[in-house]
Amino acid sequence: MVEQAVVENTTAGVTAEPGAGVERSDAEPVNKKERRSLYQKRIKIYPKLARGAFRRWKWVIMAVTLSIYYLTPWIRWDRGPNAPDQAVLIDFPSRRFYFFFIEIWPQEVYYLTGLLILAAIGLFLITSLAGRVWCGYTCPQTVWTDLFIAVERLIQGDRAARIRMDKAPWGAEKVVRKVATQVAWIIIAVCTGGAWVFYFADAPTLAGDLLAFQAPPVAYITIGVLTFTTYLLGGFAREQVCTYMCPWPRIQGGLLDEESLVIAYDEDRGEPRGARKKHSHPTDLGDCVACNQCVAVCPMGIDIRDGQQLECITCGLCIDACNSVMDKVGLPRNLISYSTLANVERVRAGEKPKLRLIRLRTVVYSGLIALVGLIMLFTLITRADLDLNILHDRNPLFVTLSDGSIRNGFTVKIINKAHHERTFRLELEGLPGAQLSVVGAGTDPDALTVESDTLASFRVFATVPRETLTDAAVDVEFRVVDRDSGSAITHGSVFRGPQ
Amino acid sequence: MADNKEVDQISGTETTGHEWDGIKELNTPLPRWWLWTFYATCLWALAYWIVMPAWPLISSHTTGLIGYSSRAQLAKSVAEAREAQGAFLDRIEAASLEQIVADQELLEFAMAGGGSAFAVNCSQCHGSGAAGFVGYPNLNDDDWIWGGDLEAISHTIHFGIRSDHDETRFNEMPAYGRDELLTPEEINDVAEYVLSLSGSGEDAAAAARGEVTFAEQCSACHMESGEGDYELGAPNLTDAIWLYGGDKAAVVDTIANSRAGMMPAWTGRLDEATIKQLAIYVHSLGGGE
Ligand code: SF4
Ligand code: SF4
Repeated sequence: MVEQAVVENTTAGVTAEPGAGVERSDAEPVNKKERRSLYQKRIKIYPKLARGAFRRWKWVIMAVTLSIYYLTPWIRWDRGPNAPDQAVLIDFPSRRFYFFFIEIWPQEVYYLTGLLILAAIGLFLITSLAGRVWCGYTCPQTVWTDLFIAVERLIQGDRAARIRMDKAPWGAEKVVRKVATQVAWIIIAVCTGGAWVFYFADAPTLAGDLLAFQAPPVAYITIGVLTFTTYLLGGFAREQVCTYMCPWPRIQGGLLDEESLVIAYDEDRGEPRGARKKHSHPTDLGDCVACNQCVAVCPMGIDIRDGQQLECITCGLCIDACNSVMDKVGLPRNLISYSTLANVERVRAGEKPKLRLIRLRTVVYSGLIALVGLIMLFTLITRADLDLNILHDRNPLFVTLSDGSIRNGFTVKIINKAHHERTFRLELEGLPGAQLSVVGAGTDPDALTVESDTLASFRVFATVPRETLTDAAVDVEFRVVDRDSGSAITHGSVFRGPQ
Repeated sequence: MADNKEVDQISGTETTGHEWDGIKELNTPLPRWWLWTFYATCLWALAYWIVMPAWPLISSHTTGLIGYSSRAQLAKSVAEAREAQGAFLDRIEAASLEQIVADQELLEFAMAGGGSAFAVNCSQCHGSGAAGFVGYPNLNDDDWIWGGDLEAISHTIHFGIRSDHDETRFNEMPAYGRDELLTPEEINDVAEYVLSLSGSGEDAAAAARGEVTFAEQCSACHMESGEGDYELGAPNLTDAIWLYGGDKAAVVDTIANSRAGMMPAWTGRLDEATIKQLAIYVHSLGGGE
């Protein structure tokens, strides 16, 4: 990042205390509850750059999450000759989902369901422990908005310069900087949409096709839609998404309790707020120097000193801003800090603050995560590379042959999930004397060949002499045996005859 | 409507001027996003009226700027489907039945196409599963009257049975009872003999008497053994399959009054490729020879 040394003494009403060395701001918490009428246009927020531990964390997390998003489709993973070598690939045409060593077929989408359940409960757990860390650090809306603000800051300057520029009449510099910002945003937006489609096709091939204008229309449409949403949500809607569009802040209300971490302003220590000279500590004032820096940095346009608010995404930037100020005026840090509502009460009551991580809800969430995780792990480990499905003919249920014997027709579906061709032997159990035959010239129930990674469907007839059939419906079991490895799989069905 | 704008003290919102027992209605504005969405849908509706067929007129309707019509859409997709099938149909038309069966790709196409042609044209008599009914043969089993190889099936489909086509398959069994060719006793004896051929007769003495009559009257078509003949369309009487029922009463009825089912000729009504696909489909049901 380019360091911006803009001091906010240019906006109206800003005063610099002589000798205090603390910037003061008249930043307004535009989304403060009382100020927000129902029928009001968005008031633009000019978040100021904060410096400190949380800001550094956010840079790191932004770099990591964006790299994961942009680079994952380019990771290669060797699966042998008959399968794609892209580590993460959602292959719609051949209906497969590849994730490193895992390969999911359409009939196994429950793994995806499991992953979503894990993600949801994981989010519940994290939220009840550490509050809205998802919102503050990793949510795509936060990360991209942060990126868009960073770009804006790089081109137009920090808060004060941006406000000044917006107020100034249009001139060459303003046009250049504004246009440059929009262009940079659009480039980011296009790349965002562009990266998305690489998850659905071989990335290098698709990249070539895209550039040669030969990719399928759906790729361009997807890129177009995601470009538009990224540009709109990251460039303009920003905090409005969190406050009005996203369901997550509403759900959080039910997940947080008084022991969850939230961003809290210590009003017992801070109030009454007021400006002062450096290193002077008037007894009639609390520690808040009323510099408004916490408001100036807030991307959500609120004042944390008003207490817990739905808008707060707990990004921690106000902590950074406040700590910088506290350092300068020589007061202890953490006037604004991560705390819990319970700890605020404890401190008031003269007790030591403590973190209670093990609570009923965190235990229940952890238990659920462990349970779902174990079930998924178990099914993943025990899952076979062979699957069998048997459909009994519905019409006719059975056929009487000229010698009086009874014949039933079945459709046998064998799924070979291995990456090589396999040959199977089909057996029928539970019906002594039954003869199996397969429709199709030269197809032998002892040697059914299924190509790699395919589902093969066979028409199979089973015939028994009338006398052997004791019942109108006999439970039978089909067994498919791999002729090479001997691995087998069975599937139940029924054999029908006359009453 | 009240002209003077009144603002509610507590909420700071304008009121509509309506008042009931001192309770006033707030004129809370619609959320901005909602309003814009609403305007957008209005615009959309207006554009839709113009672009798409929308308004009914006395005898027709407005056609819209882009001339969309769901009928044309259907015709187009049907034409596209025809086009997509065209190559296969040409190959099927050119190939012999044996060649089609030997070519896996053509075979699958023919079985699928034959299946749907069967559902449309044949299932009314033979049943959707081709299992037949009394008087309508079951096509799944291995018992055939006029032959069950590909050629024979194809011939039957082409020209039908007792149809009005010149080349139709045709035969006529005498009505031994109605036309008084045999006495009721003789008919009873022949029925016993026929039943004994498949091991289900009850009266051995009658069967023995019937055997003589059978040799005189029936064996010309049904053969001495009773196994019938494809050429003549004479059913096999020794197996377990009975087109009109295999109990004594049904057999007596058949001998006394004769039976003559009828199947239309499909040549001229279905094209050659469809008939080939039908023949292959029927052959694949499980009894094809
Ligand atoms: S409120 Fe919703 S959109 Fe905003 S940061 Fe949280 S999860 Fe993301
Ligand atoms: S109040 Fe503080 S933690 Fe909350 S969103 Fe604003 S800057 Fe982030």
